[in-house]
Amino acid sequence: MAETPLRKRRLIDPHIHMVSRTTDDYQAMANAGVVAVIEPAFWTGQPRTEIGTFKDYFSCLVGFERFRASQFGIKHYCTIGLNSKEANNEALAEEVIELLPRFAGKEGVVAIGEIGYDEMTKAEEKFFRIQLELAKEMDLPVMIHTPHRNKKVGTSRSMDVCMEHGIPPSKVVIDHNNEETCKEVLDRGFWAAFTIYPKTKMGNQRMVDIAKRYGSDRVIVDSSADWGNSDALAVPKTANLMITSGISEAAVDAMCYGNALLAYGQSGQMKESDWLDAAVIDPKREFEGNSLLRGGGPEAPEDSRLIV
Amino acid sequence: MSAQTLLLDWLKARLTPEALAWLEEKAALIATGAPEKTVFTTFSSCIRYSGKAPLNLESAALKAAGSEVPGWNPSDWTCDQAARAFLLTSLPPGPGSAATLGRLWQTADVGEAVALQKSLAVLANPEGQMPWAREAIRSNIKAVFEAITLRNPYPALHFDNVGWNQMVVKTFFVDSPMHEIEGLDRRVNPPLARMLADLAHERWAAGRAFSPQLWRCVGPCADERALEDLKKLLGSAAPTEKRAAALALKSCPDPRAATILEADPALAAAARDGSLTWENL
Ligand SMILES: [Zn+2]
Repeated sequence: MAETPLRKRRLIDPHIHMVSRTTDDYQAMANAGVVAVIEPAFWTGQPRTEIGTFKDYFSCLVGFERFRASQFGIKHYCTIGLNSKEANNEALAEEVIELLPRFAGKEGVVAIGEIGYDEMTKAEEKFFRIQLELAKEMDLPVMIHTPHRNKKVGTSRSMDVCMEHGIPPSKVVIDHNNEETCKEVLDRGFWAAFTIYPKTKMGNQRMVDIAKRYGSDRVIVDSSADWGNSDALAVPKTANLMITSGISEAAVDAMCYGNALLAYGQSGQMKESDWLDAAVIDPKREFEGNSLLRGGGPEAPEDSRLIV
Repeated sequence: MSAQTLLLDWLKARLTPEALAWLEEKAALIATGAPEKTVFTTFSSCIRYSGKAPLNLESAALKAAGSEVPGWNPSDWTCDQAARAFLLTSLPPGPGSAATLGRLWQTADVGEAVALQKSLAVLANPEGQMPWAREAIRSNIKAVFEAITLRNPYPALHFDNVGWNQMVVKTFFVDSPMHEIEGLDRRVNPPLARMLADLAHERWAAGRAFSPQLWRCVGPCADERALEDLKKLLGSAAPTEKRAAALALKSCPDPRAATILEADPALAAAARDGSLTWENL
C-alpha cells in the first residue's frame, strides 16, 4: 500500500493509552513529530476486581509511563478517573472514588477522565456525577468518553449533566465524536474530540470532511490507540492527509496541536514550554545503557539493519 | 540548627511569601498529626507553590548541610525537593509516620519519588525507610535510581553489603557517574570487587566499552585474577585505562600490586604523589 510520507510538524496526541504500546510506537511517534501525549485513565481490557490494581495502574500513569515517554523526548500527561464500564462494579467503584483525590492533584494530571457513559446505567450516572464534582473541587478540565452504543443520546446527556453541575463547556472535552454528534457539541460550546480508528469509530478521510465542514475551532484529533486494533500514528497521518487535502497549516496545527494545549492547559499542568525547553535531549543522560533501551540509543523504526 | 531549619532557610530566600506561608501552615498541620490524606495531597500539590527551579545553594549553605548531616550534598536539589523534604521532616516521630511514608512511596509520581529518596538523607528513623530505599535501587526509572544512589549519604550509612553491592554494580550497568556515590571508597568489599571484575570480563567478551572508574572499587580488594587484569591494563595502549590501573594498584594492600605497578615508574610516581586521582582521571 502506497503511503504519503509523514510530514514533520509539532503534534500532540491528547488521547492515547501508552501502557498498551511498545517502544517502537514511542519512537515512531517521536519521529513523526509528536511532542506530547495525554493518557486518560481507562479500563485495561480485563475487568479489575481489586482496588490495588487501580492504585498501581494510576501510579504507573504518573510514574513509569511518564519515564518511558521521556526516553523518547515525549512529554507524558494523564487524566485520572473511574471509567464508566467499571463504574458498574459499585462496591469497587466506591473504593476507587476514595482513591482519586490522591492522584488528581499530582503533577502532570491535566483532567478528570475519561468518564461518562457506557450503557447509561444508574451506577454509571452516579459515579459520573461524583467525578464531575471532584473536577470542580480540583479546578480541573473534564474528558468525556461518549458511548459507542446509543451514542447520540449518550453524548447529549453527558453535556446536560455537565451543565447541571455548573461546569462550563469550555472546560469539557467530549471525545469519540462522529458526524452525528459533533454539531451539537460545537454549538453548545464544548470541545469536540475525534478518535481516528483504522476500522471503527472514525477514519481520517471522514475527519478531513468534518474539518472542512465545521472548521478547526474547538476541534481536536486523537488516536485513542490502546490494546485493540488502533494506530499510534493516527494524529500524524491525519495531519498529513489534511494538508494534502488542502486544509490550511493553521487549521491543522489547531486541530492536531494547539486546541489540545488550550483545552488541557486550563489545568495549569501542561505548558508549551514543558517540551520546548526540554527539546534538546541529552543522549548521555537519557539514553545510554538504561534498562529500556538496553544499551542502545533510539533507533529509527524503518531501521532495516540485519546485524543489531 | 537542624536539617529542617536549613531547608526552611533556603526556601525562605527562594519562595514567594504566599507559597512559604502555605508551606509552613501545611507543615504545622502535618507536625500535629493531620490525617494521612492531608499528607498525601500536600506532598503532591506542593510543587504548584514551590516551582521546580534549582536551589543553587552557595558553598556556605552546602557546607552547613554537610556539617549538619555528614555526607548530605544538596548541590543538585530543586525547590520542590527542598519543600517536600521540609514537609516530610515535619512528620511526627513514630511508627505511624513510617507507614505513611510507605504508602506515599507506593503512589508517588516521578518527581515525588525523587524527592522522597533525596529526603532520606535528613529523615528521622532511617532504618524504617529501608524498604523504599532498597526498592528505589530496583527502579527502572533512572531519575529515581540516581536520587538514592548519587550524592546521597543514606546507602553508605545504612545498606548492608548485599544492597550496597547491587547499587554500585547497577550504577555501572546504567552508566551513572560512579564517583558521585557518597562513601564509595569507604564501602569497598571483596564480593563487590569480584562482581565488578566479572562485569569487566563480560564487557570485554561483548566488545563493549565501560568506564575505567570500575577499577576504583576493585583495586583495594584485588584478587589473583584482578591483579592479572590490572597488570594487562597497565601495559595496554589505552591512556585512561592505564591511569586507572595505576590508581587501582596503588590502593591495593597486596605486595604483588606494588611490584606490578613498578612496570610503569612514571604512572607509579603520579599515583603515589597524588597528582593522579580518580577525580582527574
Ligand atoms: Zn480511551
